[in-house]
Amino acid sequence: MSSRERILGRVRRALADVRQDEPSYDQAVPRDYLREHGDRSVGETVDLLAENLADYRAVVHRCTAEDLAATIAGMLAARGAKTVLVPRGLDLEWLQATDAERIADRAESTAHELDQVDSVVTACAVAVAETGTIVLDGGPDQGRRRITLVPDHHICVVRVPDQVVSSVPQALERLDPGLPLTWISGPSATSDIELDRVEGVHGPRTLEVVLVGGQSSADVTS
Amino acid sequence: MSGTYLGMPAFPKAAHEAVHDATLRGNLRHATHTIRAKRAKAVAEVSDWDALREAGKRIKDHTLRHLDRYLVQLEASVTAAGGTVHWAADADEANRIVADLVRATGESEVVKVKSMTTQEIGLNEALEAEGIRAYETDLAELIVQLGRDRPSHILVPAIHRNRGEIRDIFRKEMSEWGRPAPEGLTDTPAELAEAARLHLREKFLRAKVGISGANFMVAETGTLVVVESEGNGRMCLTLPETLISVVGIEKILPTWQDLEVFLQTLPRSSTAERMNPYTTMWTGTTDGDGPSTFHLVLLDNGRTDTLADEVGRQALRCIRCSACLNVCPVYERAGGHAYGSVYPGPIGAILSPQLRGVTSEIDASLPYASSLCGACYEVCPVAIDIPEVLVHLRERVVEGGQVTSNGNKVVLKPAKGHAAERAAMRAARWAFSRPGALRAGQRLVSRSRRLHPRSLPGPGKAWSGTRDLPAVPKEPFRDWWQRTNGGMDGKGAAK
Repeated sequence: MSSRERILGRVRRALADVRQDEPSYDQAVPRDYLREHGDRSVGETVDLLAENLADYRAVVHRCTAEDLAATIAGMLAARGAKTVLVPRGLDLEWLQATDAERIADRAESTAHELDQVDSVVTACAVAVAETGTIVLDGGPDQGRRRITLVPDHHICVVRVPDQVVSSVPQALERLDPGLPLTWISGPSATSDIELDRVEGVHGPRTLEVVLVGGQSSADVTS
Repeated sequence: MSGTYLGMPAFPKAAHEAVHDATLRGNLRHATHTIRAKRAKAVAEVSDWDALREAGKRIKDHTLRHLDRYLVQLEASVTAAGGTVHWAADADEANRIVADLVRATGESEVVKVKSMTTQEIGLNEALEAEGIRAYETDLAELIVQLGRDRPSHILVPAIHRNRGEIRDIFRKEMSEWGRPAPEGLTDTPAELAEAARLHLREKFLRAKVGISGANFMVAETGTLVVVESEGNGRMCLTLPETLISVVGIEKILPTWQDLEVFLQTLPRSSTAERMNPYTTMWTGTTDGDGPSTFHLVLLDNGRTDTLADEVGRQALRCIRCSACLNVCPVYERAGGHAYGSVYPGPIGAILSPQLRGVTSEIDASLPYASSLCGACYEVCPVAIDIPEVLVHLRERVVEGGQVTSNGNKVVLKPAKGHAAERAAMRAARWAFSRPGALRAGQRLVSRSRRLHPRSLPGPGKAWSGTRDLPAVPKEPFRDWWQRTNGGMDGKGAAK
């Protein structure tokens, strides 16, 4: 007998008390929890995202679409970044103003080569306000998972309010499980020493999030 | 489970030694109290916590009650997404499968994500015996591995170490395993984290094989989920060419939507955060992104035996958040090592004796490693009634009875050392069903009370060594009731 058959047989014998007419999955699981917490306008949801990102030590910037290239150039310059990783489908206008050397996200690059790159700029798939989370799904403007992992500085652009949802349930609705997903809430951290949170272990130690809107944030309301 | 723990002394003996270690008690107290307050705050932020907790419990219960169906569905989804599924009935089989898979790649080292399951099966030791070196990459696991130590907490395996001890371990041991600790390393947590980053980076960048567990597996889509903080998980899950995940069969969720419950309850219960820094979700393999080969090893190792117990099976709902450890007064004083298992604390006290059976001394003592205060049940995000299972397992230890072991129904003999308890219970049963005998006995005890010793003789001596024996009243209650007409005669109690 294969182990597969042995384990499935044990499971079935263990469940001898379970009746055939048990409630179905839909009947058995109550979904009376909230789809989102609190009642906020669109603008307030974006503000909450900014607040929660900052609470977990991400650096948050807000700008209009016209100012985005200058904002990114300023962040790279302040960091002294000489090289920047660029996903295949990133809007190249975003990098118009920087003179950092662009490194393409290529399958052939080794991890050691990526380790020599100063910064990476990506877009995101969705951002979650209640938890201060950005989610990447490997889309053309986000690239392979490793490019946002090995470099020590990640700049992530979130288009607000379109890409912002309030809650975890709403984010899962928007995501495709077939894609490789990375949920990021602040820079790499650990609580392993005396259960105190320290930022900066293996992932990028600096996470900068740019919330870019068509209009200045003060005008964004529901 | 792991051979590391064979021959562990029973809980009372191990705990007795631990409570005399002042450093250990200080470290534990500081850490558990810090996280307790943070968790309460993180949970209070969510107004529908009780509804989320109930939904989590129901999802897990439903899945367990139809586990065969969901296992087969998961296998099909993972296979369709490009993964290969293996089944392991016990630890030895899982270790053999993993060792063979690693050997087939031609590699002699692997990087590991923190995983309770691979701890449980003793994978690192099994790989070492095959000439394969496994590097732990979680900071706390690294501290444990470098210190040739054992984990003492589910979330923070090095919780028993303070920052000074960690600095000393890094200074002394890092050079044995790779890049030495930086010169002049101090004990500030930020510097210690930096030292770990530098030490492990070369291993991540050259790794060809990664090994992980998983927090959740979605049957409907074949998606695996790993939640973590440091980024070591992402390194192991995305940089290597081959990924091997060893996951207990109880980690299944039926649907993608179910994640919306657990991704809210797990981080808040575990590290007391709104969300942990990194969560990786992958479904089979993706062309040109991450490992090109993915193996999933589904592990039984006592889980189906646990499932066969209608009271005890609720322990399989556990999502390994460790909130129950942090609130437990026994854990706080005894520490994790006394539990003689990779699963310490209240959840360990009900999980280990079920996964391993109650035949060893340590496992038979674990159901007693509790004051039954119920704090663990209060904080559990999937509402496992740990006190209920503890009492159930105590009964099993004392009375024996039918259990399932390696898939076979066997009848367990009553454990040795509980003869006095059983005799007392039998005597009580006899007396309570014979009112005349009970009355005569009570009067005898009352009249002879001047002769009662202050402590119990024989095996009862240890019990009365730390407790006052209850004083016996001059007159049994029932006599007093009859004599005073239930206190209505105004004659009061006998003096």
